[in-house]
Amino acid sequence: MLYLLLLFVLPFYVILSVAFGRLDPIFQSPVLVWNPLRWDTSILSFTISNITHTDGIYHAAFIRTFLYVAISMVLCLLIGYPFAYFLARHAGRAKGLFLALFFAPFWFSYMLRMLAWIGLLQDQGYVNRTLQDVGLIGAPYPFLAGKSWVLILGLVYGYVPYMVLPLYAGLDRIPNSQLEGARDLGASPARTFFRVTLPQTRQAILAGLIIAGLPMFGDYFTQQLLANTVGTKMIGNFIVDSLDVPIFVPRGASLILVLIALLVVPIMYYLRSTARAARARPA
Amino acid sequence: MSARTATVAAGGGLRGRRLRDLMTNPWARPRFLWVVGIAYVVWTLLPVATAALFSFNSTRSISIWSGFSLRWYVTDPNESVLNDPDLRHAVVQSLKLATGAVLVAVPIGLAFALALDKWRGRGSGSSNFTMMFSFITPELILAVSLFLLFLNPFKFIGLGTPSQLLGLGLLAIPYAVIIVRSRLLSLGVQLEEAAMDLGASPLQALRRVTLPLLGPAIFASAAIIFAFTLDDFVMVKQLAKTGADQTVAMAIYGAARTAPSPAVNAIGTLMLLASTVVIVLAYLVYRRSARRSGARFAADREALPV
Repeated sequence: MLYLLLLFVLPFYVILSVAFGRLDPIFQSPVLVWNPLRWDTSILSFTISNITHTDGIYHAAFIRTFLYVAISMVLCLLIGYPFAYFLARHAGRAKGLFLALFFAPFWFSYMLRMLAWIGLLQDQGYVNRTLQDVGLIGAPYPFLAGKSWVLILGLVYGYVPYMVLPLYAGLDRIPNSQLEGARDLGASPARTFFRVTLPQTRQAILAGLIIAGLPMFGDYFTQQLLANTVGTKMIGNFIVDSLDVPIFVPRGASLILVLIALLVVPIMYYLRSTARAARARPA
Repeated sequence: MSARTATVAAGGGLRGRRLRDLMTNPWARPRFLWVVGIAYVVWTLLPVATAALFSFNSTRSISIWSGFSLRWYVTDPNESVLNDPDLRHAVVQSLKLATGAVLVAVPIGLAFALALDKWRGRGSGSSNFTMMFSFITPELILAVSLFLLFLNPFKFIGLGTPSQLLGLGLLAIPYAVIIVRSRLLSLGVQLEEAAMDLGASPLQALRRVTLPLLGPAIFASAAIIFAFTLDDFVMVKQLAKTGADQTVAMAIYGAARTAPSPAVNAIGTLMLLASTVVIVLAYLVYRRSARRSGARFAADREALPV
């Protein structure tokens, strides 16, 4: 507990102190202000106004981040749900094998997985060569030159296992007898799915969206590896970039504050719903 | 419906019927789902497989195959993993940090889990809440706040390997707590109570009964923490100070941004092998000893926070 207090709760306070602190006039480096009564809100309000105003420096990045994350989350769900359903219901004797293969990416380095895509999507990469051989394109397509959809697919590729995990757990818990009951009572397969299966996995879907979505908000490396142009920068990129320049560190801290404020709702929701689920489950 | 099926079956046999079903309804459940299942696995694993393949390429390209060689692992005098001091050092640093994170996080996580299990009063709820909050918060937020912490008020620690270790510990503790706690839940209190009824002190009961039973869970959490800190990037990069703090993930990242070379694929493949071996080993040990003591793996999995 002391560890958490020192390294988790205290750092939050440090963020506040930096964000509300002032700049050292000589060294242009951030000075922490511990006393809340002397906090200066000018940098935070500067940051917020740059987010809310349409011509602010962070405005476009915020909209972009939310858009990218939302699309990626939907795609993760569309890809993850059928796979989780297959895993839980129809994999049969191959279930163990498929589970092992599914868990494998969790132990692979995220960087290596992105590096793999860089190799595939390069001008001479397999994707471009295949498309050229088939005759769909004449010249190599510049996948890695700042295409937002490539970045979104990268995010989906990176985080889809986090979506499948809760979905699989949720689907696996539905007893087969319920589905058989529904079918026996005359429901079609589609109706069984929409009336019996889907409503029972609503919790799992929300958990999946949160678990897969939250880390995307803090992602900056996928952008740097797969797109790396100013036009695709996300909030995470602005935060990391601002830490490199001492005078911008308070701005980075205030961006973090804004991000926490935005994410605290889904975080709290997730924590409360899992706590409730744990209590409801017979021990 | 049944009449139709019967005539079709009589007319074309089982195979003909299947083909007919496929033609009329290619989205028929199980078959479609099998395609989804296989496509998903291929999609997630094939790129990684190609990356591993190109680590054996004989030329500098990571996208044009020109023949098998071990050049990027051992033989190249300057740029292979074995002979490039930076890459070699990155492997050592990754292994060092992963081992250190296990040593930091497993004892703390174990103590934390035992405390949460016993401690019913005020504070246990909020401690658990704080831990889960740190577990779900995006890593970037944790990394940046620790970066600011070690840069200013905790200057005596500063950035570098010690702060990297502490940061990884923060990320890893919840894993140990969750795994150990779920095992505690599935064990129940009876065994410990029986030991105390037979005259053991609470400390003896803990040492002679509970801890041995927790063995597999402790081992599993150590393995999971090792495999996952081995590949950590955000935290380690933010808290690194000099090139000496560079890990494998950082080396891959740096090279991927500037000049990818198969040596980077090679180092990534080595790490991939290392974490796979650790995980498979842990799974086998865990399953064996969990079976022996009569607890079910499924019961432990139930308690995961998903």
